[in-house]
Amino acid sequence: MSVDAATVRRIAHLARIAVADDEIAHLQGELNTILQFVEQLAEVNCEGVEPMTSVTPMAMKQRKDEITDGGIVDDVLRNAPSREGNYFLVPKVVE
Amino acid sequence: MTELTALTLAEARDGLRKRAFSAAELTDAHIVAIERARALNAYVIETPDAARAMANAADARLKAGEAGPLEGVPLGIKDLFATKDVRTTAGSRILADFMPPYESTVTAQLWRDGAVMLGKLNNDEFAMGSSNETSCFGPVINPWRRTGSNKALVPGGSSGGSAAAVAASLCLGATATDTGGSIRQPAAFTGTVGIKPTYGRCSRWGIVAFASSLDQAGPIARTVRDAAILLRSMAGHDPKDSTSADRAVPDYEAALGKPVKGMTIGIPKEYRLDGLAPEIDKLWEQGVAWLKAAGANIVAVSLPHTKYALPAYYIVAPAEASSNLARYDGVRYGLRKPERDVIGMYEQTRAEGFGPEVRRRIMIGTYVLSAGYYDAYYLQAQKVRTLIKRDFEQCFAQGVDAILTPATPSDAFGIGEKGGADPIEMYLNDVFTVTVNMAGLPGIAVPAGLSSDGLPLGLQLIGRPFDEEALFALGAVIEQAAGRFTPARWW
Repeated sequence: MSVDAATVRRIAHLARIAVADDEIAHLQGELNTILQFVEQLAEVNCEGVEPMTSVTPMAMKQRKDEITDGGIVDDVLRNAPSREGNYFLVPKVVE
Repeated sequence: MTELTALTLAEARDGLRKRAFSAAELTDAHIVAIERARALNAYVIETPDAARAMANAADARLKAGEAGPLEGVPLGIKDLFATKDVRTTAGSRILADFMPPYESTVTAQLWRDGAVMLGKLNNDEFAMGSSNETSCFGPVINPWRRTGSNKALVPGGSSGGSAAAVAASLCLGATATDTGGSIRQPAAFTGTVGIKPTYGRCSRWGIVAFASSLDQAGPIARTVRDAAILLRSMAGHDPKDSTSADRAVPDYEAALGKPVKGMTIGIPKEYRLDGLAPEIDKLWEQGVAWLKAAGANIVAVSLPHTKYALPAYYIVAPAEASSNLARYDGVRYGLRKPERDVIGMYEQTRAEGFGPEVRRRIMIGTYVLSAGYYDAYYLQAQKVRTLIKRDFEQCFAQGVDAILTPATPSDAFGIGEKGGADPIEMYLNDVFTVTVNMAGLPGIAVPAGLSSDGLPLGLQLIGRPFDEEALFALGAVIEQAAGRFTPARWW
């Protein structure tokens, strides 16, 4: 499988990465090189093979459902690029 | 005082306990060495004042007889580990000003045991790279040079700053992380020892995530013993990482010197790649001879799915990365490029904040997870991963204790030499190491010789899950036979 220019634009948008028009051809070439490289996986017979979900067998731990953290508003907001009071600020979403 | 930096971590630890020198003196010697070695670009931030304060506190505890296992030992920390109130960037512009209000579990355990932080070490952006050339701080220069040449070489990656700093004696040991070979490959390129422990051995909490099912922390050090000492402090269960293993951490240092007589070492035929450099092959044969001489049994083994590990990795790792790196959106921390609408803000922020390699991997990951392609790529890769792991399990079930392979297909290459036109060329660096991450196993790289150009080469030992002790015992045999390798100072 290989990607065309329209697919590169669609992936970039899904990934939320702005891509300029003059970058498309270059990116398309690179992505197709990688996709061509991984293509060989198709030749492996995986019939009846379970996909890996955990590399080491382990039972998920459970803990009591209780509050163990919090009350650190200043720490949470400390690295915010833009804030007002105790809120993160973003550009207007709804007109 | 500079001779203090030439000590091994174990020698420094013992000297501090005997009060042969103080932690303050040891730390000062390293601070001076770091200042003189800025040409290597190994440290992205130096923290001399904090280091001196930590060293003074260590001296007080040493005096009071309350020394921890690493009391007064100065270390470098890969800039992928969150350090409280010390800038943590993962080598990315998108985190250029990030100040963690918390400490990673691994580094917290090092400070608990008395270690001193000298600063943060350069790495490939988000640990994506095999040469340390993708860092927003620029490349790290390998302290090693080819015989008779001044050409700048890469230290390997992604833990290139860690490996270079350890090789150049700018710290006694360093933390590192390994997703596809990022500890073992730079260790091999710099003549240092690096171990990626079993998945789950070290907590991932507070380490900037790349591919969560593959990421694992480990040390880079100048000797096998030093790596064993560091791993004991770094490892251990952490309730904050649900994938960290709840089992006791052995005294790894005690595993050194344990007899390897009677151990069975597998030599996988699939690692004898077409076109493998003759000097790598020769090094491998030398390693076999050393282990045989120490009384180990050598057997040929087969890991039939080896050739599919790298392509499967380049689906699984980018897929997990695209999901993990979705958090960098310019809202809660990191870079923001202002735009009129919120989607535009996300897109411009991420275009500007991520470098080309990171953007490429996020896009590949996004594609293989997208509707219509998930089964063909991601699901197939996870099935192949099951087969890769099964290969190792069958090998261990036949009584193999560890597997010996080369660590890298070549010695260190020049800056800008690889991957410029074809990203796959760079990816092939990890051909011997990536299988180990895919199977969650422990792997150690130990220096074993010099190339015809006078550059270090390493061998890799792969162990059973949670049997890092066998790797330390076997690694010590190779180290003893091969000797240690130190670059001549030119910086």
